[in-house]
Amino acid sequence: MAALGPENGPAPTTETPAAGTLQPQAAAVAGSGVVATMNTGVVGGTFWRRFSLRRPLAALIVQRLGLSVGLLFAVSLMIFGGVEALPGDFATTYLGQSATPQAVENIRKDLGLDRPVTERYFSWLGGALQGDFGTSWASRNSVSEQIGKRLGNSLFLAFFAAIISIPLAIGLGMLAVQFRNRLPDKIINVVSLAAISLPEFFVGYILIVLFAVKFGVATFPSTVYDSMGFLERLSAIALPVATLVLVVLAHMMRMTRAAILNVMSSAYVETAELKGLGAFRIIARHAAPNAVAPVINVVALNLAYLVVGVVVVEVVFVYPGMGQYMVDAVTVRDMPVVQACGLIFAAFYIFLNMAADILAILANPRLRHPR
Amino acid sequence: MNLRSIPISAWVGFAGIAIALICALFAPLIAPYGESQVVGDIWLPGGGDFLLGTDNLGRDLLSRLIYGARTTIFVALAATVISFSLGMLLSFTAAVTGGFIDQLFSRFNDLMMAIPTLIFALVVLAVLPQHLWILILVMAVLDSTRVFRIGRAVALDVAVMEFVEAARLRGEGTGWIIFREILPNTLSPLLAEFGLRFAFSILFLSTLSFLGLGIQPPAADWGGMVKDNKDGIIFGINAALIPGGAIAALAICVNLVVDWLMKRTSSLKGGRGDA
Repeated sequence: MAALGPENGPAPTTETPAAGTLQPQAAAVAGSGVVATMNTGVVGGTFWRRFSLRRPLAALIVQRLGLSVGLLFAVSLMIFGGVEALPGDFATTYLGQSATPQAVENIRKDLGLDRPVTERYFSWLGGALQGDFGTSWASRNSVSEQIGKRLGNSLFLAFFAAIISIPLAIGLGMLAVQFRNRLPDKIINVVSLAAISLPEFFVGYILIVLFAVKFGVATFPSTVYDSMGFLERLSAIALPVATLVLVVLAHMMRMTRAAILNVMSSAYVETAELKGLGAFRIIARHAAPNAVAPVINVVALNLAYLVVGVVVVEVVFVYPGMGQYMVDAVTVRDMPVVQACGLIFAAFYIFLNMAADILAILANPRLRHPR
Repeated sequence: MNLRSIPISAWVGFAGIAIALICALFAPLIAPYGESQVVGDIWLPGGGDFLLGTDNLGRDLLSRLIYGARTTIFVALAATVISFSLGMLLSFTAAVTGGFIDQLFSRFNDLMMAIPTLIFALVVLAVLPQHLWILILVMAVLDSTRVFRIGRAVALDVAVMEFVEAARLRGEGTGWIIFREILPNTLSPLLAEFGLRFAFSILFLSTLSFLGLGIQPPAADWGGMVKDNKDGIIFGINAALIPGGAIAALAICVNLVVDWLMKRTSSLKGGRGDA
């Protein structure tokens, strides 16, 4: 499982640039008369074209935002429509042996499954936009209410995992580059390769055996209540956070190492080396500014992965978050809950990937002029 | 290529994979007890009659581990092979045809990849009935999106070469170009990718089984065995760690081999060699 995810996000970067993005390119060469006259024709056009000509960067960001919203809409269609198109029926599963046609019919009516698909989709989407995900089939509770409580818990977990793992990963990645092909790098390489191959639940259980059972310094299961104080909560989530950090660290570190090495092996760094500049000066003046963009990208991609990684970790540690809620719902085929959780996870994933994209564009001006 | 040039790490990887494969192929001959045969008390410690102890129902852990190798490797391998066939066929078609087909496939692929794999699998498995072949198919389709992306990138590099151009001008069909021109020239990088996807499949299958959505009991599989025995952990019984360790060991072995394969292909291309 640890190999899931961060290597491949959704890729708005590979998207063919729409009409809007092509404009900045034209603006860049607008010095020549021919292009200028061509452009005046364009500028006279829609508001969007004028906007993208005057503020190419803002236009690019707005375009990325729009793309993500569109993607999210398509994903909602897929999560809902795909579920409808696939065979299998909650009513039959729910009733099991006692599924007489009449009983199945009653349940379907009860759950509103007899209405046409398009109508249900739009009422579901409309509700989802207002934060209302309907009621759970299994427990008859409001899905939004449950999610409201659990989403906070999950984000709490992911947030602490992120603030520990990011500095650690970047530091170790730089260390590996500094000592590349020497002992520290080789040790880091082998250990991180092993860490990538470990399933999340295995890491989790090893930590439980070591710290909760053997030494008794940590708590398991990591249940949290509303009445818990902040410090109590922190000590309860120590083990799940450690698991998430270990799982995401190896990925992030390897990607950071690759990103920095990529810059370090470029021609201008070689030139700087040959000029006889010191190692620190090369890194600070030549390598670092160019490595910022890929590193930011790595971090954002791994954050997106973290949001998904909480699913397994929550199940292992019996932590009341979104992931556990979703897995429980899947086992009883409670579709409103599954769809709501799926949509929220996908939304986080898409928007963090978009953030990675936008930050990369901001940090690396070359990306502003797609070929 | 000579055997001397293979590093020790790759040999370790090969050895681990070989052991797992032998266990998988000859499970009934090696395993001391049956797959779901109850042989003693629950959670007996290792040693004596039961080398690794017994599990939560009193079944021999070693026997289940050996049978589990069979299920786990078979399902993961089947899913990887199908995902590769599917992903490569679609990606090569997209790369060779270009134009509308390419756009259609690529955009649809982007959409599939916009949903995290595990979440997608959870949503789909919540609806579908629980059969082994459905599980394999779901894993294969989800994984093929990754294969598609890399396959298209690799194939596009080859598709602009002169010999492909020559084949086109000779009047060869798309099928010939895909199987006779592009496939042989992309096998090397794709082989490394195959190993990577296989390791990923093992981990993914184990995770699904651990969540109770993968292989259904009583069939033994490593992820499911962790799930079965996880309640013992707070009592200091480590039965859940043994199948977990087996998953990790197999995945590490595959990754060690892949690492070597990747280094080999990148050194063939000739770069500065440290990226």
